[in-house]
Amino acid sequence: MRAKFSPASAIGRPFKLLIDANRKYGLEWWLLVIGTLIVLFIIFLAFFPQTLAPYDPLDQDTGPQLSPPSRENLMGTDNLQRDIFSRMIYGSRTILGVAFSAAIISSLAGVTLGLLSGFLGGVIDRILSLIMDSIYSFPGLILAIAFAAMLGPGVFNITLAVAVIYIPTYFRLVRGQTLSIKEELYVEAARAIGAKRWTIIGRYIFPNAIATVVVIFSLNIADAIMTEAALSYIGLGLPAGIPDWGMDLSMGKKFLPSGTWWMVTFPGLMIMILALGFTLLGEALAEILNPRLLER
Amino acid sequence: MALLEIDNLSIDYPINIGTVQAVRDVSLYLERGEVLGLVGESGCGKSTLGLSILNLLRPPGKIVGGEIRFKGKDIVSMKRQALMSLRGKDIAMVFQNPLTSLNPLIRIDRQFLETIRQHDPQFNKEKALKQAENILDALGVEKKRLYDYPHQLSGGMRQRIMIGIGLIMNPEIIIADEPTTSLDVIVEAGFIDLLNRLRKEFELSIILITHNLGMVAEIADRMAVMYAGRIVETGSADQIYHNQFHPYTYGLINCVPNINLDQEELITMPGNPPDLVDPPKGCPFSDRCPHVMDRCRNELPMLTERRAGQSVACWLYEENGEPPWKN
Amino acid sequence: MLFILLTLVFVVLRIMPGDPVKAVLGAHAPPHVIEAKRAELGLNKPLIIQYFNYLGQLVRFDLGDSMVLKQKVSAPIKEKLPATLELSVMGMFFTLIIGIPLGAFSASKRRSARDLGIRLYGNIVYCIPVYWMGLMLQLVFGIWLGVLPVAGRTGARVFPSLFEKTGFYLLDTLLVGNFAAFGDVLVHLLLPSITLGIVLSGVFVRLTRANMLDILKSDYILAARARGIPERKVVYKHGLKNAFIPILTMLGLQFALLLANAILTETTFSWPGIARLLLERIYLRDYPTVQGVIVVFALIVSLISLIVDLLYAVIDPRVKY
Repeated sequence: MRAKFSPASAIGRPFKLLIDANRKYGLEWWLLVIGTLIVLFIIFLAFFPQTLAPYDPLDQDTGPQLSPPSRENLMGTDNLQRDIFSRMIYGSRTILGVAFSAAIISSLAGVTLGLLSGFLGGVIDRILSLIMDSIYSFPGLILAIAFAAMLGPGVFNITLAVAVIYIPTYFRLVRGQTLSIKEELYVEAARAIGAKRWTIIGRYIFPNAIATVVVIFSLNIADAIMTEAALSYIGLGLPAGIPDWGMDLSMGKKFLPSGTWWMVTFPGLMIMILALGFTLLGEALAEILNPRLLER
Repeated sequence: MALLEIDNLSIDYPINIGTVQAVRDVSLYLERGEVLGLVGESGCGKSTLGLSILNLLRPPGKIVGGEIRFKGKDIVSMKRQALMSLRGKDIAMVFQNPLTSLNPLIRIDRQFLETIRQHDPQFNKEKALKQAENILDALGVEKKRLYDYPHQLSGGMRQRIMIGIGLIMNPEIIIADEPTTSLDVIVEAGFIDLLNRLRKEFELSIILITHNLGMVAEIADRMAVMYAGRIVETGSADQIYHNQFHPYTYGLINCVPNINLDQEELITMPGNPPDLVDPPKGCPFSDRCPHVMDRCRNELPMLTERRAGQSVACWLYEENGEPPWKN
Repeated sequence: MLFILLTLVFVVLRIMPGDPVKAVLGAHAPPHVIEAKRAELGLNKPLIIQYFNYLGQLVRFDLGDSMVLKQKVSAPIKEKLPATLELSVMGMFFTLIIGIPLGAFSASKRRSARDLGIRLYGNIVYCIPVYWMGLMLQLVFGIWLGVLPVAGRTGARVFPSLFEKTGFYLLDTLLVGNFAAFGDVLVHLLLPSITLGIVLSGVFVRLTRANMLDILKSDYILAARARGIPERKVVYKHGLKNAFIPILTMLGLQFALLLANAILTETTFSWPGIARLLLERIYLRDYPTVQGVIVVFALIVSLISLIVDLLYAVIDPRVKY
């Protein structure tokens, strides 16, 4: 048993050392740190790509065609002689832009609809819930594909396609919270306490709700990243001009059989790292905002 | 040398707000063929103590001092193999809730067979089944129940089956942790008869962990009273029942209302047990004790023998006095 | 639920820009030809009528005709469904084989270095794009090491027509006794299913771990330990058995995800399944086929739920039907 799982302990041991060194913080703290660092770094790249990128991502003369990683081209070049490293850096804008916008649209729409549905109740609530449940129960990717195909190419359309599938998540969450608030309201109304009602809501329910929304937002972005990349990979993504990790991956696929691994490896790695960053961030936030009392 | 000797045992539970001193300096012994009752209120550490005998403490709990000797061999430092062999074979443990203590997805006979197979190097299925059937007979359960699942049996039957699984390998000691707390009084009465029978038939030694003083009074030979992780009084069940020394014991025994007496007020003990993360310096009962003295708050009384076979940890008896309520 | 889905899909497809008629006839066909074709396909009738017509068809188990190619919708679906199912089942197999033991092991060795390593694995794996994993595995095993095939269900020298009966090649090859072909099919299944298996195992690692942690706190686990049962048996026999029930539920739910990921996997491994078909026909604006695939898809997911429910009765003696 020991030999079989040594890769696992190889990954885990350095982390365990860090934890033993810092008794006060648990694993969650370190995941939070790592997640935040990754996210901040990539956001930095998105805003200031020029600081790190040696070439223009669209420049078709950065080195020999399809050459492996070298000192001039850290991640190699693609079939149009573009520098992959630069494309990776600039690509962060695209993917972060789409994912973030999609998350914002989702959250705004989902939260609003959830509030409305919860507050108004009745037929509207019934219909909305039904629609949301159907969307929720269906695997997101397929829906995204359907929407993307329907709306056609373009940054805005893709963002919309990705945004739609996460709306139910926010909807359900906020609707649930709203419903429980409603309960409180009726109870309090019966006592006609007036202003105190809002203090209760403001002090206890909203912070909780916001905390959960924040967590979901982070995980939402992670998921949106994966979905956007997947859409691009299939070819339903953005127009060819914009550097996009998913699309680069699908282009690189064609050259894989000849051993050209760098066109495929790096985009995928970037997707993974970014998604991981937001996931770790989200999960660590979840743990921290819901403290576990006795377990160490 | 007694069959089981617990020597200055201390158990800690380190949690994130501090370390709970669950059990401190507990010394007990169990002779062959006797029933020792371990009583105390919820949270006093008696269940923890019971679990520690077989080294079954759930992490982060751990034994931090003392020894537990079974027939002379220390259990605390025992190697894995020896411990596995001890559990279920020499010393068996029976738990509080028989429904949750039996794996709901496994048939009863298979649960018996598993135990037998574990401990019997010459395991034979027919022989083992026969063993199980015999035990069920002795316990008053129909043989066909072997082929049922736990949820198909009544509470009393499950309890008997749990005892059956505990007894199947003829252990020398059974530790019963709150065995009847989740059962009704009629089943409890049956249980007491059962235990008496088993003592005689199988020569069992029993440690009975409970807060049910009535049960202890009926079948225990000796008794130990625990409070806040420490033993405050020990003695024969008879002695303690009729003559308590420790104010806590007095409270325990006398707080059960008696329908025959003309009681106007119920005797209670106000207050709560102390915080075990930061235990008080002196006697743990000093906050609640109606006879507390200055000394009690500052010095910890040690368990000292005051009368033949009866020991108490209390400063009231430094000069061999009589209990204050006898006046 | 099926119903709503269907309606949504129907509406979405019709709203899609892009005219299937023009796609078939070419954009420069004369208008009256276009109109004729429209009428033929029933596209000139109001949306509602089209909708009810379709529902009527479905009730008769008729998925309709392809709008773009001269075939019944059910034809390509029937042909390609087994491929996707075989892949999904194998994928689920690997997911469980990887995820459950890791999860159980992680729970039993809580807070150890191995537990953390496995937990990290669970977290990371979810973020790996399945197509990237597929390509990486192709790279390593197919191109660098050259030991496993990277595309298709069978190799160049194996002819499916020789054994094809149910469409499930693993089964078919065994039925005719063609072990060489069996090996070939198996080997072709390996990379894509392992890819799926690894990427989805994260969920099961986490689920198993969480459930096991709870279960390992149970009284019957303590009682088993008190009987001297060795830890390994306690964890895997007593613990895992009880963890299966929630795992089973998750299995049902994840199957839908698996089929979704199939789109990405089938594209990467050139796997002739219905997911690729779906993609193809979306491009071609072949509404009936797209609808048909989604209907079949949803049906399968429902079926799986049913099977899972039935399995509960088998595993848990407390459940009566």
